[in-house]
Amino acid sequence: MALVVYVFATVLMLAAGLERTLVATGSDDNVVVIRRGSQTEIQSGIDRRQAAIVESLPGIATGADGRPAVSKEPVVLITLPKRDSGKPSNVVIRGVTPEGYALRPQARIVAGRLPRPGTAEVIAGRSIADGFRGAGLDETVRFASRDWTVVGIFDAGRTGFDSEIWGDAEQMLQAFRRLGFSSVIFRLADGSRFDEVRRAIEADPRLTLEAKRETRFYADQSEALSTFITYLGTSISIIFSIGAIIGAMITMYASVASRTGEIGTLRALGFPRSAVLLAFLVESLLLGLVGGVVGLAGASLMQAVSISTMNFQTFAELAFSFALTPGIVASSLAFALAMGFVGGFLPAARAARMKIVDALRAA
Amino acid sequence: MGPSGSGKSTLLNLVAGIDKPSSGRILVAGVDIAKLSEGELAHWRAAHVGFIFQFYNLMPVLTAFGNVELPLLLTSLSRRERRERVDMALALVGLSDRVDHFPNELSGGQQQRVAIARALISDPTLIVADEPTGDLDRVTAGEILGLLERLNDELGKTILMVTHDPKAAERAHRIVHLEKGVLAD
Repeated sequence: MALVVYVFATVLMLAAGLERTLVATGSDDNVVVIRRGSQTEIQSGIDRRQAAIVESLPGIATGADGRPAVSKEPVVLITLPKRDSGKPSNVVIRGVTPEGYALRPQARIVAGRLPRPGTAEVIAGRSIADGFRGAGLDETVRFASRDWTVVGIFDAGRTGFDSEIWGDAEQMLQAFRRLGFSSVIFRLADGSRFDEVRRAIEADPRLTLEAKRETRFYADQSEALSTFITYLGTSISIIFSIGAIIGAMITMYASVASRTGEIGTLRALGFPRSAVLLAFLVESLLLGLVGGVVGLAGASLMQAVSISTMNFQTFAELAFSFALTPGIVASSLAFALAMGFVGGFLPAARAARMKIVDALRAA
Repeated sequence: MGPSGSGKSTLLNLVAGIDKPSSGRILVAGVDIAKLSEGELAHWRAAHVGFIFQFYNLMPVLTAFGNVELPLLLTSLSRRERRERVDMALALVGLSDRVDHFPNELSGGQQQRVAIARALISDPTLIVADEPTGDLDRVTAGEILGLLERLNDELGKTILMVTHDPKAAERAHRIVHLEKGVLAD
């Protein structure tokens, strides 16, 4: 039973970790504008004229230099070989402007420095630097027919940005021969006026764009994979739970058989059938609870593990950790108690239905 | 009294309300217990019958105190009242110094005394004893029978006892013989 709860909790922690990583990637005051109907920045395309219109919208905050807090960014998917296996995997390359760095204060340089504008220099997220060949500090990665020097490593606090490589936006546009951007990101002067800005973008006939809060945008990206993981994990757990329920049932039947005399005595003393039923059900629920706690304790150790997998929605490699939330603790314990209840009900009913005389005779 | 298979225990079980007759009536203290439902019968047993078994039937995980307290859990008595009653019953059977002992820490005679205290605790109308000395040596059996006699003499408890032992039967006010399910006298 503990093993089933361990699997159940671990899978939910995987989905929650993915969701938490992507949701934490965004900031609530930031808005991501992409082409209408695009699910991701990779699929999106915004030409320079449209980007300029978005940039001139009222309601956008201004940066310390007095310029609008807007970053127009190309986002491209490339393949790089993994450091350990050498197998190629997709990595997100993001062209960032100086405003773009200011929009993501959670991304801090932990080694090296920021790239100089107009050069073939990039910085790599910590997960990419650790996981891919050529992405470490002072190493060189090759994409878009050019060699790019990694001059800095940044830590974005276990968010999705940790799984990206950032370079100068204009350099990226030239290297990838792009005419337009993938997304426009800006900060709202007043976070509560998001709906107003969204309506202005979506109602403008020159713009075939849609705007989402950055948090929502990244949460949507986690949806497909986390839903898949949750369904898969729940299905596996349910199949495993059948074994655990049978195990609990055998344990409880053995418990009833070894205490037949005690059941008979209690019933003779005047304890009603319901009391016997309840006693065995409580024992079975406790058995489930112990299994649940042990399974959860094992699963909680998984929080120290960080894994990297393909996000189906962006097709990019994403590194994230298992996250144990109060909701997962509650649902895992509820699952364990449910297994205990189902496994214990028939033996408890048998104990309650036992004839007193037969039970006493067996004592 | 009666030979094995004569129906002694069956009769005892019927009178104590732990078995049901296929037909007929069982009148105990004016109540036809054959007509009671399962729930009513459980309630009736708790209020009117105290059981003493041949093999004591104590709960191995409970102390002497816990075992004696068991029938009181079905009443509305407070914890303090229960404690007072249990202490009194254990004192009556001479086990005040064994309150916190578990059954496996007690001798057969002491376990049967705990069972007698448990049978007494709810002040039942009737105490049924199925071979209460069947698993005890002669000396201990004598002590237990003496105790049952005291319950009858001093507390006025009605005791219905099944036994093979003529020595035990000697202590009874009335002896009834059973032959092949029929009362012989």
